[in-house]
Parts: sequence; C-alpha cells; structure tokens
Amino acid sequence: MTWIEKIGLGLFLVGLTTFLVIPFLGTYSLSEELVKANTKAIHQDKMAEILAPMYGQEYSSNFTFLSAFGEKFDAYNDDLKSQQLWDEVIWDDYSFALAKAGLKSPVRDSPWLFFALAIGLAVLGGFLYNFRQHADEPEGIKNNGIFHSKLKNRGWIGMITGFFLILFYVVLYWFPAYLVNLVWMVNPISEMISGNPASQWFLYGLIYTLAIIVMGIRMFRKYRGNKYQQLRTASVMFFQTAFAFLIPEVLVLLNQPYFDFKNIWPLDYDFFYDYQIATFLSSGGVGMFMLIWGILLIIIGVPVFTYFFGKRWYCSWVCGCGGLAETVGDPFRQLSDKSVKAWKYERWIVHSVLVLAVVMTGVTIANYFSGFSFLGNVTNQLHSFYGFAIGSAFAGVVGTGFYPFMGNRVWCRFGCPLAAYLGIVQRFKSRFRITTNGGQCISCGNCSTYCEMGIDVRWYAQRGQNIVRSSCVGCGVCSAVCPRGVLKLENGPEENRINDLPIIIGNDSIKIHA
Amino acid sequence: MPQSPHVVIIGNGISGVTCARNLRKMDSSVRITVISGESKYFFSRTALMYVFMGHMKFEHTQPYENHFWDKSRIALKEAWVETVDFAKKSLVFKSGETLPYDTLVIATGSKPNKFGWPGQELIGVQGLYSKQDLELMEENTQSGIQRAVIVGGGLIGIEMAEMLAYKKIPVTFLVRECGFWNNILPKEESELVGRHILEHHIDLRLECELKEILSDSSGRVSEVITSKGEKIDCQFVGLTAGVTPNIEFLKNTDLEVDRGVKVDEYFRTNVPDVYAIGDCAEFDKVPAPDRRPIEQVWYTGRMHGETLAHNLCHEPVPYRPGVWFNSAKFLDIEYQTYGTVPATWEVGQLKNFYWEHSSGKVSFRMLMDLEGKVLGVNNFGFRLRHEVMDRAIREKWSGGKVMDRLNHANFDPEFFAPYYISIQEAFKAEFGGNFHPSKKTFIQKLFGAKV
Repeated sequence: MTWIEKIGLGLFLVGLTTFLVIPFLGTYSLSEELVKANTKAIHQDKMAEILAPMYGQEYSSNFTFLSAFGEKFDAYNDDLKSQQLWDEVIWDDYSFALAKAGLKSPVRDSPWLFFALAIGLAVLGGFLYNFRQHADEPEGIKNNGIFHSKLKNRGWIGMITGFFLILFYVVLYWFPAYLVNLVWMVNPISEMISGNPASQWFLYGLIYTLAIIVMGIRMFRKYRGNKYQQLRTASVMFFQTAFAFLIPEVLVLLNQPYFDFKNIWPLDYDFFYDYQIATFLSSGGVGMFMLIWGILLIIIGVPVFTYFFGKRWYCSWVCGCGGLAETVGDPFRQLSDKSVKAWKYERWIVHSVLVLAVVMTGVTIANYFSGFSFLGNVTNQLHSFYGFAIGSAFAGVVGTGFYPFMGNRVWCRFGCPLAAYLGIVQRFKSRFRITTNGGQCISCGNCSTYCEMGIDVRWYAQRGQNIVRSSCVGCGVCSAVCPRGVLKLENGPEENRINDLPIIIGNDSIKIHA
Repeated sequence: MPQSPHVVIIGNGISGVTCARNLRKMDSSVRITVISGESKYFFSRTALMYVFMGHMKFEHTQPYENHFWDKSRIALKEAWVETVDFAKKSLVFKSGETLPYDTLVIATGSKPNKFGWPGQELIGVQGLYSKQDLELMEENTQSGIQRAVIVGGGLIGIEMAEMLAYKKIPVTFLVRECGFWNNILPKEESELVGRHILEHHIDLRLECELKEILSDSSGRVSEVITSKGEKIDCQFVGLTAGVTPNIEFLKNTDLEVDRGVKVDEYFRTNVPDVYAIGDCAEFDKVPAPDRRPIEQVWYTGRMHGETLAHNLCHEPVPYRPGVWFNSAKFLDIEYQTYGTVPATWEVGQLKNFYWEHSSGKVSFRMLMDLEGKVLGVNNFGFRLRHEVMDRAIREKWSGGKVMDRLNHANFDPEFFAPYYISIQEAFKAEFGGNFHPSKKTFIQKLFGAKV
C-alpha cells in the first residue's frame, strides 16, 4: 500500500467511525407543542395525552427515549387491540418524527461540522485511496490476490462488512428513529436542494450516490485501458447522481411530484399504487407526463432497448441497484454461486417475484378502477407485505447486505422482477449475445469466476457456443478477464444468434457440434 | 449379454477428458474409466498460475461440477499407474492393485525438461506443470525469497515470472536465445514482449544460459552461475525450458516409444487396442507440413481427444488438423496467431506486412505468399475473430481482401480503439489494394474512440 492509500484508508475509517458514533450523541426531550407539531391532526390530542408522562424529561440516549416512547405508545395501542377497537388504534409510526423533533445534540447544532467529519472524511479517504490505484502498473487485469483477501473472499473483514451493511439496512428500514442525528446532519443539504427537511431516505440516497461515485473512481482505476468498463461506470454514476438523486429533489423544489425518470415498474413496484396515481393525476401536465413516461418505458422502452442492446442497457448502464452493484459491489463479484443448483433456484425465485409483482399490481389496478369495491383495503395488506418482504428485506437487507457473502448481484439475480422481465426479452427476442471465439478457450475459469450473475460462462465458451442467457447483465467483465480473447459482447442479427459452429475450429478430421 | 467394452484412459488432462466426454456422447453403453494420480477431477492446467496469484481458487479451474462425472457415467480413479501389462491388457497401480482394459488410451501429458544441470534437484528448484508443482511452488515461495531465477524463455517461464512478481519477488529471467521466445516469434514481436517484460521490472537476460545451481548447507538453492560466469544469489529457481512427454513408466515395455509414445495418424500405437493422444503422443510422420511430430498445445490435445473418440466409435478417420491457431498472454499483452507465421523466413520468399502501434504494445503481422495470398497472422494487444481468420487462411484470401474484412475480424470489446482502421491504412499505403479503410462508426465517433 502506498502512503497515499494508507492516508486514504485512515481517513475513511475515521469518517466511518464518526458516522457510527453520531447516532448515539445528544439528548431527547418532548413537549406538548412538539408532539402536536409532528402528528396528524386526527392524532394530535390523543398523542399529546399518551406521551404526557414524557414531557419535561430529558432522555440521555436514543435507546432510553425510544424505549420510553414505545412503552407509552404500545400500552395505548395494545389496550385497544385487546378490546378489538381497531378503528381507534393509531397505526402511524411517529417515533422517527418525534425523535427527530425532540433531539438536542451537537450534530443538530452544527450539522456541517459533523457532515465533514463523517461523510466528508469517508468520501475524501475513499477518494484518496482510489484515485491513484495501480498508478505504477501497466494497464491490465487487476485481480491479483482477490482470493487471498480477507475482505473479498469471505474472510473476517468481509464478515464484518456484511454484518454492518445488514445492520444499517435493518435500522434504516425498520428503526429509522435511531438515525435522527444522521438525518439532522444532512438536513442543510436537503434544504439546499429541495427546500425540504431531510428524511432518512434523503440520507440514504445521499450516501448511496456518494458511494457509487467514490467506488466508481475505483472502477476507472481498476479497469484502466478498458473503454467499455469506463463508459458504463461513468453512465451508472451519471444516472444515479442526476436521475435518482438530484432530479427528484429538484422536482420537489419546483412543487412537482418526486419522480425518478429511470426507475421502471416492476422494480418501481409502487408505480401503480393508488396514491401514486393520484399524485400523477393531480399534478397537471407534469404528472401526466410522468405517468405516460413510466408506462411507455414499461411497454416500449424495455422491449425495444432490450431487443437492440440486451438488458445491459438498463442493468449495468442505468439502474441504481445495478450502479451500486457495479461499483461498491465490484470487489465481491467473484462470490456468486455458479452451480447448476443455484441457477435452478434463481429461475424459480426471480420469476416468482415477477409473478407476485404482476399479480399485486393487477389486483391494485383492478381495485382502483372498480372504485375500491373489488377488494377494498386488502390491496394495502398486499402492498405492505410486498414492501416488507421484497422491497425492503430482499432488495435492501439481502440485496446489499449479502454482497460480501453471495456476491454483488444477489438481488438482481434472485429477486429483481424487472430483471426477470428484461431477461425474458433478452432470452427470446434480442440481438444481444456474447460471442465466443471458436476454439481459443482454455477452460481456465476466469470468466465464470468473475461473472457476478453466477453464469457458468466457461460452460459455453469451451463449447464454442454463444452465450444467450436471460440473467446476463452485460457487464463485460468475462470478456475483460479472458486471457485468450474468447468473449465479445455483441449486438447482431438474430439469425445464428445461438450458433452452430463446430466446438473447435481447426480440426479437419471431424466436426463435432455442441 | 456380453459386457460392454471397457475403455481406460490414463490421464485426466484436456486430451483424456475430451476423449472420455466425446466417447460418452457417441456411445451410451461403453464403460469409461479415467485415471489420474494428480487430481481426481479434471482441471485446467493453464489456469494454475491464476490460483497462485489469487485470481481463482483451485476449484474454479475445474470446468465441470463434481456430479457431472457420475451423471455422464465416467468413472474416475485417483491413482498412479506403475506399469502396463500389455499382454494381459491390465494396468498395475502403484498400490499393487490392477485394472483390466479392453481399450487403453494413454494421455499422460508432459513433464518439465531438465537438461542435467548440476544442482537441478536441489530444494527450491522446480518446474511448473502439475497441480503438485503448484503446491510445491506455493511452499517454496512462502518466505525468505530475496530473488528468483527463471531458466528458459517460453510461455511457462513468463507465467512463472508473473506469479513471482505477484509475491513481489524480484525475478531474473535467463533466456538462451537473443530474443524472448524467438524460435516462435519474429523479431519485432519478440522485442515487443521483451519490452513489456522489462516494463514489469523483470530482469530479462538474453543470450544467457544456466550453468550450475549451488546450494547452502541445508541443501537449498542459494545461487546460480550463468554461462557468462555471473553468480546470482537466489532462493528459488524455476526450470521452464520446455516440456517433454511424461512416459517414463512405459519405457522398456512392449510399447514403442521414442521421445513420446509412437502413434500413426489414427493415434494407434504398435500394440493393438492401445492409443496415445495429447502431449505424450509422437506421430510417426507430422500431421501437416507446418506441424511438429509432438503437439503440446491445449487445442491440439482437444482435437486429438475428440478425433480418437470418434475413431473408437465410428469408422476411423486420420487426424487432419486444419488451419493452425494458438494464443497466449504475456503479462498484460494478449497474443493470437492464425495460420503459419514462422519466426524467420528468407527475404523475397514471402510478402511481409507488419504494423505496430506507437505504444509499442499492439501489433499486427500478416505474411503472404508471392501472389499476395494470406498465409498467417500474428496479433498482439487486440483480438481477432477466429472464424473469420480461419476462413481467410483456408480460402487463401488475398491480403487486400483480409484488410477489406478486417473490421469484421476485429474481436475487441465495443468502444475499444479501432486499431483495424490504422492497420488498413498502413497496408493500403504499403501494398495498395482495392479496398477502403473502414470509417469510424457513429458510436466510435460519439465516444471519441481513437487509436
């Protein structure tokens, strides 16, 4: 490690540590005014009454505050539930809003300072660590030592990394009230961009985007000399920063609906939810444009682009999940399971999620057009199940948290319903294939090892057979790591896409076909 | 019902395994046993270096999952063969156990050459061919290596140098010839690789041979003496001066052997029902004018394997290799060759076109006969499409026609620098020809692709 990398790593660890300490700073206290200001009108009086015993008390940590809050709040609800007074139960979770409002902490007082110490140092450190990598080496494949690494080969650093990622997602999705310090920390940035206070989602989006940028720089260094990798990395960095992060916030600033123009149903599973539709319909021309744009992407964008370029146009060039996988997740790509068994599980699971998403959306739309006479509020149950199981647990906790255990595309491979849809088009109606170069394969296994989607690329390559697989996201790394120039991602005529050349070109004695 | 015949294959390298797999595809009843003492499951020998460098784990080099062999009903036996009793049609293992066969295929591959250098058996001195060699190399380079010396400038030598460089071990690379691999590569290509070796801080010594290896008191290598009388302190010596057929256990039997097991163009040995394929087979006459009697390449091993499988199941056909091809990677520079490109040729006997990029890392050579028909190409630092080049050489395209179609032959990933345009322009300037160099595509222009 060079000194500049050491400094970078050091700064990153200081930033990370600060980030982890921040949630525990400060004290919490509530007053009636605060409670009323942060609850819905229909709950204001009730909440003020329930939480009255907490007024004037100072809680020294988020744990004591939230446990006191939970105690009072749950006691009230449990009592009603036991009496089956379902209509009087307060279903809204005010813990985040109240914790945020009741916080007194140095972070809230000087957010920029803490932002600089936590995220600033982490980003600076990450940048310093990455920006000169491999500077004194010629261009080429930089996979040295990956399976000797304690991070990249499920060693103890990998285990810790996975543990923290999982913990972060669990807290983010289900216990965001513990993160209010961090949310205050990024509040000024949110105010600057959208004019609104930050939520935990703003915090998440900001970290996510910065992570893609910093690790995207790493990709530029690692794949120096490989224009394909450089361009698609630049592309995911751009789409994340502009389309996923900035544009939606700016739309809010302009009093338009929050909308990510590149997010496509069914990955964007709530696109057809009634409240979304209501938002589009009530937002005039812009809202209507968003609705039509979203529908056009589904019915025209996906099939047409996938026909011409394969699903890579989305998965490894545009998508936000793909963007994270291809940058932050790149060090873990070799951990995906290549067995035939894993492939079997993959097909069952990913297509089940697609079916589930389609059925859920179909029911939702039918219900909407029947004026809710069809199923009433049952769709809400379905939505919350899907949101919990697929949207949060699968896509977030497993999808990213399992990077260091199962590789960087767990979600994309096993869970993403849009990937399944793109994959069906790619498999059956597309010009995209990975061409294999006749007989030059030496079965070394680099292509399969570094396939993040767990495709056993070598199985095809050594048979001289083109690779036409629904799951291939077209990252191009198999082609990059091939030491014999066997693999090429191509768009070409559908004819002979699944080719019938002899397994080995160059044997005139006999011709054996795959 | 008579039992189906038992084909026993000694050696589970690429030749033996290709033969076994194709046998099973062509004949569902034949009994197949593949024997290896090296490793129960087939692995890619050429990938051993990547295991050493941490690119892969050993299991990643195994092209088939373990259950594949059961499913294909190919029995795997992990044992070393001591000798073969050709009269009784039976193998004798090191353990004393025996195994009868109806048909025997010898596919035992190679072993590193050792030319009787003094000290070649010292601790820390080794070749690199087998899985055991890899394990030994991992052990030998674990610690305390200040410098390593590699003897012999071929493909394994440069791989070994790359492996040692991963461990940050300084390497001195002794090459007998005046250029790296210059019995195969023409001068310019040999120099191109030589420069790249130096760029990787490997101390390349041309025209320098090993004379003697000396040891310390514990029997471990401590220095080498070169043909120039120079002493080089080192704790590891790699012997990579080529390989030789691994047929020690077959000498002094009924089987006719010379350097390898003697076979005819049907892979038949002098003993009935006994065949030899791959590195260990030595043809009684060369399979084609540009070939050698012993073919020690991955691809020829595959062709031997599939052709013999065919011959064991169908009307036998003689082994007829087509257009030669090969590839390798020299550190970061990929190399492919198609057709015949000798290291040297008489001026005036052939037409030669050579182009090299200003980086000195990308090059293209095309040799043509005096009528201008393509004979072969070498390409470094960019990729060509096997199918197109095979056709061009087989159909004896003119050099101009090859140039005309070079954009179709280009196999580099999308957005890469379009070297083929520069090559076309250079060819046109030198030889003329009735073609137009390709234009940059819209996408290439859009993303500023330039050579």
